[in-house]
Amino acid sequence: MGYALRKVVLFFITLWAAITLNFILPRLMPGSPVDAALGKLASSGVQITNAQRQAVEIQLGSAHGNVLSQYGQYLNDIVHLRFGRSFSFPTETVTHTIAKALPWTFVLVGATTVFAFVIGTLLGVYAGWRRGKLADSTVTIGATFFAAFPPFWLGLLLLYALAYKLNWFAIKGGYSPGLTPNFSLSFLSDAFQHSVLPALTLAVTSLSGWVFGMRNNMINILGEDYVTFAEANGLRTRTIALLYGARNALLPNVTAFGLSLGAVVGGSILVEGIFSYPGLGNLLYVAVSNRDFPLMQALFLVITVSMLVAIFVVDLLYTRLDPRVRQ
Amino acid sequence: MSILATVPPPREAPGGSAEITLRTSAALPGPVQFLSRALRTLWSNGKARLGLTILGVFILIALFAPLLAPHSPTATTFPPYLNPTSTNLFGTTGNGQDVFSQMLYGARVSLLVGLSAGLAATIVAVTIGLIAGYRPGPVDEVLSFVTNLALVIPGIPLMIILAAYIPSRSVWTIVFVVAITSWATGARVVRSQASTLRSREFVTSAVFSGERLFRVVFREILPNMTSLVAASFFSAATAAVMAEASLEFLGLGNPSTVSWGTILYYAQQQNALLTGQWVLVLAPGLAIALLALSFTLVNFGVDALSNPRLREK
Repeated sequence: MGYALRKVVLFFITLWAAITLNFILPRLMPGSPVDAALGKLASSGVQITNAQRQAVEIQLGSAHGNVLSQYGQYLNDIVHLRFGRSFSFPTETVTHTIAKALPWTFVLVGATTVFAFVIGTLLGVYAGWRRGKLADSTVTIGATFFAAFPPFWLGLLLLYALAYKLNWFAIKGGYSPGLTPNFSLSFLSDAFQHSVLPALTLAVTSLSGWVFGMRNNMINILGEDYVTFAEANGLRTRTIALLYGARNALLPNVTAFGLSLGAVVGGSILVEGIFSYPGLGNLLYVAVSNRDFPLMQALFLVITVSMLVAIFVVDLLYTRLDPRVRQ
Repeated sequence: MSILATVPPPREAPGGSAEITLRTSAALPGPVQFLSRALRTLWSNGKARLGLTILGVFILIALFAPLLAPHSPTATTFPPYLNPTSTNLFGTTGNGQDVFSQMLYGARVSLLVGLSAGLAATIVAVTIGLIAGYRPGPVDEVLSFVTNLALVIPGIPLMIILAAYIPSRSVWTIVFVVAITSWATGARVVRSQASTLRSREFVTSAVFSGERLFRVVFREILPNMTSLVAASFFSAATAAVMAEASLEFLGLGNPSTVSWGTILYYAQQQNALLTGQWVLVLAPGLAIALLALSFTLVNFGVDALSNPRLREK
């Protein structure tokens, strides 16, 4: 229980720190994001009222006013999920824009992470077991090679080759134009068809972390005495590789989940932008191109908090996997 | 370990007092010896050898870009949107600039950003890691918390947000942003190594012989983790090359800089893939991938230095 409690406390402190960082960042920056934001808002045809100026100032900081009271207002707004209005999508609130995009990214990033984890771990086990052989060099060099590609660039190439030239997949979007998102079979298969290319891009470029983590763990574990003992006992090589090696090597790799998730989330921003996939990454892409500070700030918060929660859940699950940390 | 401890540290170790400066100048070939031995060990690893070779080629290209480039990278003297010809090997941009020359000059920016951001991130990582590892208690708790926080906050979104807020668009902005966002992994590794070394006999004896804190940390402990420091340098450099390309592709770089990232940015703005100018996308991407690959390959050799189990037989 001590471990879990420590994790819970740490989670909340980290959460608070991340939220506070999001408050401090725009206030540290030179120039006035507020004026830039209001200028943008005005040029997109929205009437600037005093209330609006105040709302933007609370979000991005202003020259006057008490920082502490601004901070209180900011926390209050976050608790009530009030993120103001963006100027990329002036007709709806930021909360609404983000809520629409969130499920798309969750599914894309989630499916990609699971896929990369399974394939990468298996390849890592295999490479570690066949260490120094041709299979090992093929897997290691292949994984290194693919990891060196910038995800967005691989996405561009796949888009050109598979979607534009061969017409196997749709060129852009998360679903065919004209459809409205629902849970019917035809829509889901259409959405799946649209998600293959971005998912493939992300999976291929994030595979290598799992492969190398697992391979190195395998090599370290296979050097342990109990593996030598198992070999001396004449156990079948498969039993040694899977039950003695892979099972123990898997554990440290689970803790790498957070870092790997970070890579997928980071990569998904540009990849979604390229495929115009209707998720958070594409929103951030749009927000950055338009210097849309309110949307950017809310997106950063949502992305960070979701990642913190995911890592927290994996940390708690880890106690189930490894009895040693429970003491 | 004890043999390693007597090896003179690499040059970046600060020489504080006159006595230290004296010793380094008396043993001048020391750091050179150290470097050449490290290089030789790296060279004996096949993957690292390949990495060093690729890196060497890029460095030569960057140094001699003005001699190698057939045209000026910025002169708009050619017809725009040319496909590859014998005078314009990779074709021309929408402004009529020679892409091949831009590629050669672009190596400069990528190497500069990669190496200097890698160096900056490593300095932060080593400083924080060493202090946290050598000072257990509240100092370690606070620094470790900051490190863990930096680890879980997604790096690329933070990088993008920071770059978008900072009004000045220059290569140094990118170096700064990358250094701030990619030091944490290195700091964690250095911290755990420092905390195990702290209780070793040679450190205890150095403390008892009255050496100052600075000297103990930088001359006794630091040289024993050279390979870890090198590993964190090369992974930060890889991250930096990728991050530079991503930020410039998003339009967060200085659009008048000639770099691989900006070539990609303009290619995407002009829909180069759809107009058939796929070289504009392929060439800079491949160059970025090769440079990142060379850093990773060198790191394989560095990993093998620190973990004999990973060495090639």
